[in-house]
Amino acid sequence: MLKDLFTIFIASAVINNFVFTRYLGLCIFFGVSKKMETALGMSMTFTAVMVISAALSWLVYRLVMLPLHIEFLRIVLFIGIVAGFVQFADTMLKKLNPTLYYKLGIYLVLITTNCIILAVPLLNADNNYNFLQSLTLGLGSGAGFSLALIIMASIRERLELANVPKPFQGMPIAFIVTGLIALAFLGFSGLITI
Amino acid sequence: MKTNFMATSYKKLILNGIFSENPVFRLALSLCPAVAVTTSVKNGFLMGVAVLFVMTMVNITVSLFRNLINPKVRIPAYILIIATYVSITEMMMRAYSRTAYKQMGLYIQLIVVFAIIISRAELFASRNKVLPSAADGLGMGLGFLGALVLVGAVRELIGNGSIAGFHITHGSPLLIMVLPTGGFFAIGLLMGLFNWIDQKYYGGRPGGGGGGGHH
Repeated sequence: MLKDLFTIFIASAVINNFVFTRYLGLCIFFGVSKKMETALGMSMTFTAVMVISAALSWLVYRLVMLPLHIEFLRIVLFIGIVAGFVQFADTMLKKLNPTLYYKLGIYLVLITTNCIILAVPLLNADNNYNFLQSLTLGLGSGAGFSLALIIMASIRERLELANVPKPFQGMPIAFIVTGLIALAFLGFSGLITI
Repeated sequence: MKTNFMATSYKKLILNGIFSENPVFRLALSLCPAVAVTTSVKNGFLMGVAVLFVMTMVNITVSLFRNLINPKVRIPAYILIIATYVSITEMMMRAYSRTAYKQMGLYIQLIVVFAIIISRAELFASRNKVLPSAADGLGMGLGFLGALVLVGAVRELIGNGSIAGFHITHGSPLLIMVLPTGGFFAIGLLMGLFNWIDQKYYGGRPGGGGGGGHH
């Protein structure tokens, strides 16, 4: 049981890293990896939202959608759950902890329509994971995304000083750098057999 | 005279999406799937057609209901409309093309959160009549389709030595290009190429290749 959860965690965090092998969350990945501080704030917010939305959507999927045979509505419902939860977290955070809200609030808004958040419930439903497995997938994916953001942010801070050819400045060089990191992540693919 | 003007402006709208505001290379929107599924021309084409369909239908629907949707709830309403068409596409694909669905099913479902679709609904379809909106969706969709097929062709040719399934070389020249890593290289190099052409012949802005990168 524990071994199974560990496998899911490692698989989702490094082997099937959302950014480097699944190409999810790229918009956010390139958008906020310019500075280390924003990257850290974003990765914390994302991990928390991913775990909680994995739990919520598992409950709705198992207790409501499967008994009623409305699995075909899952895209609509999962998006609704994530959007509803983010709105709720936004309001709660503003009331309970205004300092944290001013630090993380901007990221919360960006989260609702992000593929990486929606992918976790969809993958859980596809794989028929139980509650703990779903939570682990959320946590592992969040950890993998944070790792990717932090690596990228530290490289990009150095990249500012580099002499990049004019046509490659900005996004193109960021893509090439990501490709190189992804190449390194290929080394993890034989870590454990899934 | 008037119909002539109308025809050219529709043509302009469609061409705008394909070239000057190409969603993948120029606006840097909706990049996630562009690199993910395009390991071959066929996959790029299927994904592009799915986006083309969803985009055109969403633009038409949003435009039809633009006077009925309360501005306060417009974003949830758009997401609901998009999710409906994405579900239709997903179910069609699952029914008619099982092998392709296994490879790209997740990405088809994630069309629902493509920034490009909601931004066209918000920026164009909610303010224009049905026909121009359809033309805008068609143009943007075709631009997306073209970009995906181009990336797919580059990766398939270098990684697998074939184009659209026809083998040109023996064996696989550079397998890395069909692995996840290759997608990043392909997009980065193509973006650089687009920028280079832009700077050399049109004196475009440096460091382009799209806006901030997100939404």
